[in-house]
Amino acid sequence: MAASPRIIVVGGGLAGLSAVIKIAEAGGTVDLFSIVPVKRSHSVCAQGGINAAKDLKGEGDSVLKHFDDTIYGGDFLANQTPVKAMTAQGPAIIDLLDRMGVPFNRTPEGLLDFRRFGGTLYQRTAFAGATTGQQLLYALDEQVRRHESEGKVTKYEGWEFLSAVLDSKGACRGIVAMDLRTMETRTFPADAIIVCTGGNGAIFGKSTNSVVCTGSAQSALYQQGAFYANGEFIQVHPTAIPGEDKLRLMSESARGEGGRVWVPRDKNDKRVANSIPESDRWYFLEEWYPKYGNLVPRDVATRAIFKVVYEHGMGIDGQPMVYLDLTHLPPERIHKLEGILEIYEKFVGDDPRKVPMKIFPGMHYTMGGLWVDFNQQTNIPGVYAAGEADYSIHGANRLGANSLLSCIYGGFVAGPQALAYAKALPAQQGDGGHAAELQRQKELNNQLLSSTGTENPFKIWRELGDTMTKHATIIRYNAGLDEADAKIVELLDRYKNINLSDKSQWANTSFAFTRQLKNMLELGRVIVQGARLRDESRGAHYKPDFPERNDEKFLKTTKASFKDNAPAFEFEEVDISHIKPRPRSYTATA
Amino acid sequence: MPSTIKVEIKRQSTPDAPATTEKFEIPYRPGMNITSLLGEIALNPVDVTGKPTTPVTYDSNCLEEICGSCAMLINGKATMACSALVDKLTGPNKDQTITLAPLSKFPVVRDLAVDRSVLFENLKKVKAWVPIDGSYDLGAGPRQHPQIQEQRYPLSNCISCTICMEVCPQFNDATGFVGAATIAQTKLFNMDPSGSVLKEERLRALAGDGGIQECGFAQNCVQACPKQLPLTEAISDMGRDVFIQQVKDFFTR
Repeated sequence: MAASPRIIVVGGGLAGLSAVIKIAEAGGTVDLFSIVPVKRSHSVCAQGGINAAKDLKGEGDSVLKHFDDTIYGGDFLANQTPVKAMTAQGPAIIDLLDRMGVPFNRTPEGLLDFRRFGGTLYQRTAFAGATTGQQLLYALDEQVRRHESEGKVTKYEGWEFLSAVLDSKGACRGIVAMDLRTMETRTFPADAIIVCTGGNGAIFGKSTNSVVCTGSAQSALYQQGAFYANGEFIQVHPTAIPGEDKLRLMSESARGEGGRVWVPRDKNDKRVANSIPESDRWYFLEEWYPKYGNLVPRDVATRAIFKVVYEHGMGIDGQPMVYLDLTHLPPERIHKLEGILEIYEKFVGDDPRKVPMKIFPGMHYTMGGLWVDFNQQTNIPGVYAAGEADYSIHGANRLGANSLLSCIYGGFVAGPQALAYAKALPAQQGDGGHAAELQRQKELNNQLLSSTGTENPFKIWRELGDTMTKHATIIRYNAGLDEADAKIVELLDRYKNINLSDKSQWANTSFAFTRQLKNMLELGRVIVQGARLRDESRGAHYKPDFPERNDEKFLKTTKASFKDNAPAFEFEEVDISHIKPRPRSYTATA
Repeated sequence: MPSTIKVEIKRQSTPDAPATTEKFEIPYRPGMNITSLLGEIALNPVDVTGKPTTPVTYDSNCLEEICGSCAMLINGKATMACSALVDKLTGPNKDQTITLAPLSKFPVVRDLAVDRSVLFENLKKVKAWVPIDGSYDLGAGPRQHPQIQEQRYPLSNCISCTICMEVCPQFNDATGFVGAATIAQTKLFNMDPSGSVLKEERLRALAGDGGIQECGFAQNCVQACPKQLPLTEAISDMGRDVFIQQVKDFFTR
């Protein structure tokens, strides 16, 4: 191959930018594609912090404990080798971010400060106030801007990935992308691509995710032959603010700094929260999980809140809400949470420093994703994936503050691996499949533009979100999952009868959205069918009809492939080469 | 209380097309913000007279005022659309019309979406980064007192929304002023123990035409900033540092 391989990175969040930095540093050239200016990527929303076992609090923490907490927290579904590697690199990654100028909180001695997060007993989470994702994203964005100004990186911001260009042997030779202003659709050559396009919250309608988190790119690749793994594992975060247009996250750091979750002991208690005495409050997490208290892993906390609201009927004022209370915290702890307190204040109107917040679980994170090997390569040669878009690391449930670490780790592996692959890649034959793929994408565009149906794409999306939230989040029943799949099939059928109210070819956001919608629908089927097949409960996947984990049958990675316009499933053994699976329970008292 | 919200939106189909105003009446729901209101129009793109129209183009992403995408003029004021709550915009009787328009100091792309890439170009000019040796493991960074972090963190909260530039009387084609956001980032990186190695280059980039001297001390920026950045303090500090640098350069270069 050419002396200077060309790599395309799709997505400019933490994972994408990390990959770009490694490639640029190694002398490669990168084209970076992002729907939004990369500084506005969804990583910016991460709040609480990033985990690394630096043990600066004298607690005897170690990378092996971080490794064990992550595997145990993920209910043993994650392949252990990459998790071990990630946790081992954690401290060096934190040091690097610190050197890049991330304004991490400090101790009086000037060292990095750490806070506690869910699913661990150690203070392992480095943080910058309660806007850590923003600060990390900016630090990487700044480094990439530096490489850009030196000519090593070309940004294509405002371009959307549509598909990979595959040659006659099935290897990736570039991408097709669409300029979201001019609506021009064209191909870009590459010797390898790295897909870092985040999660798929939009499939659930309302979630804590950003607007761009549709899973569209992952779905397009799945429809081109990539395996999509563990799609059924969706994290519902215990503490979000229910909202009109989205569910806004209230970081786990609120509990890490001492926040407590409670409801009135008497469901008919009409007093305002502050006037309810301690003895009349039910701190159900602390009661049920004395050792971890409010910092049980997210799947556990979410189910507990769900149980209190729907089984005990104890939601505040009969509504699906519980209190997240920070009003007792000293000012110095409140100060470390200002970023999220402002969000609550602005969107709800109450001051959470004075009044307990009202929260409820909300769809938050996509544990599943594109299947990758330990070098972050998908089963399509030359297509790599990293960050939330891939399935590795988090197993059946992600621990708080592990996502930022996994993004950077994944990008740091994918970048050099893609570069090495590209250097060894033989020259393409003919045009490498560019003309054919461009033609296919243009036909898809033309079909939409010439469609004269009656279906509004945003209505179809709303119905998709409603059925996914109802049947495929906290509690899952097989009958409901079947119903959801049938609903998606119906929506796919109605999609053929779409009506684009805007057919112009300039900055047509509803056209771009309608293209994403098709991919959301196809990926929705992967999620519900994967959940249907998994007759057990593991991590975030919970079926009351099958309440136990079943390692014999289901200690396996779910792999979906697109066959005959529908998902086909196979299962793969999980790498348990380091830690023997053991029952997962957080109810211990000591 | 009225059951609908009246909205007037300034629209423009392309950068060169004439601007028009479209009126809508949207069903009211409690807790709506401007982005959910625009979402309602996409669900049913019909104006107040029942005439079919197109969904409105606007920039948005996080919907929680941290990505900086959705800045626009709401009732004439530069505001983030996601955190602009409808209930606070319709007056005491909840019956006033809400007006939406694109930011006025940036080229319109379409409807409420504008091109703000000038800010990212300005950040290149002042080298708003720490020039690290490499991303390999070089051990821990320099120790930093909490007081330094306390000063740097607020500056690092800039979401690049460009509202400070929109409201600045000096930010226009005649002055070529870089604007408050870029100056604040200069201070942020000059304060970093490693980032300060580029301090002099940054200060020189802020000297001269379009630089910090263009600031007219209107102080609109600090009042409008949705993240409450200490912008005027940063401008004042950098103004002093630029001046000192110019004096030094005069004698040594």
